[in-house]
Amino acid sequence: MKQDILLLIWTVIKIVAIVLPLIIGVAYLTMAERKVISYMQGRIGPNRVGFGGMLQPIADAMKLLFKEIIIPRVSNRYLFLIAPIVSFVPALVAWAVIPFGPHLVLANINAGVLFVLAMTSLGVYGVLMAGWSSNSKYAMYGAMRSAAQTVSYEIAMSFAFVGVLMAAGSLNMQNIVVAQSGGFWHWYWLPLLPLFVVYWISGVAETNRAPFDVAEGESEIVAGFHIEYSGITFALFFLAEYASMILISALAVTLFMGGWLSPFQGIPVLGAWFAWVPGLVWFVLKLCFFLYLYLWMRATFPRYRYDQIMRLGWKILIPVTLVWIVVTGALIELHVGPWFS
Amino acid sequence: MAIAIIAISLGFFLAKHKPDKAKTSPYECGFEEFEDARLPFDVRFYLVAILFIIFDLETAFLFPWAVDLRSIGIFGFISMMIFLGLLVIGFIYEWKKGALEWE
Repeated sequence: MKQDILLLIWTVIKIVAIVLPLIIGVAYLTMAERKVISYMQGRIGPNRVGFGGMLQPIADAMKLLFKEIIIPRVSNRYLFLIAPIVSFVPALVAWAVIPFGPHLVLANINAGVLFVLAMTSLGVYGVLMAGWSSNSKYAMYGAMRSAAQTVSYEIAMSFAFVGVLMAAGSLNMQNIVVAQSGGFWHWYWLPLLPLFVVYWISGVAETNRAPFDVAEGESEIVAGFHIEYSGITFALFFLAEYASMILISALAVTLFMGGWLSPFQGIPVLGAWFAWVPGLVWFVLKLCFFLYLYLWMRATFPRYRYDQIMRLGWKILIPVTLVWIVVTGALIELHVGPWFS
Repeated sequence: MAIAIIAISLGFFLAKHKPDKAKTSPYECGFEEFEDARLPFDVRFYLVAILFIIFDLETAFLFPWAVDLRSIGIFGFISMMIFLGLLVIGFIYEWKKGALEWE
């Protein structure tokens, strides 16, 4: 009994240790987004609050906290309030299985990839609920678009996962990372390059980010599914979106870029030099690279039209993944290269 | 594992309540009059959902196969290729039928 309580407390501490940095990361990701895009467009970005704008996300959070929550008269009240929670929780729960280091993982479960896939799929319910319960045209259209888009890209995404599973022979995230050990050229991005690209594109589409943000395109349907939300309920959608951006990046790192492994592993001198760096540092560095990629894509690409999005998903990404799954299978059967021997 | 998941979800429901109390005046309606927004929607969204189910089931079959590929050897590989081939025929049929077109 005492053992159980201690375990529970220890688990809660670990959860807080994951979630607190994650929330702070989300806050500063919004900041980084505004700064990065500003500089890409020759502006300065937020620079008034705190030192060079460093307190801007906290000011934003305070503002949203003290804003009034408006519930539209015609909405389904309970669904309307549950929707932000439903979209927020899965984005955080999926973090339980992401390995941050050799032993740093909250739940080292054997069905890790499956769990993550289930959690990322759950996000669409929040969007649909929000769009439906708002009882507003724009929200409805946004939700329909978002649901169809997420569902289409999820297929390509799970096919990309299948490739990784074939290569690693395990659903356990920790095993997948360990299977990639041996340095930069042993990570799965190289043998599974088409799947990696497909994964990244569908990850961006799955989180409804630019250039696939028709679900909330400001210039088309105002704000899409969360148009009726204000204050903290809006903030929860916002947090959910950014938390799932970080999650998609973390998955890209874990599945294709060697997770917490050092990129210099196996290189004679450099490998020894960087051996003391903890895995967490590498993980965070790689994560930052992918998050920067998100922002870079947003600043660079114009928005896709909806029919173009659907065409890309169904007619390009899915055939590519199908072909590469067969190729990977053949490579494994033939024990090709340093990856599948 | 289960404890972790339950605790996480609990943690988030608890965390949610704190900001909820911070709302200044709840249950207000500041909303312009609209008519019904629940219009009939395009049937293509429905079609996408159905196609998604087919492919999602396909991934459900692929997952265990992918994990065990090394131990089931060439026989397992070929059987899955036949299965995939059948699905690809279906996919080509959909494509030719225009189920994947949006105008």
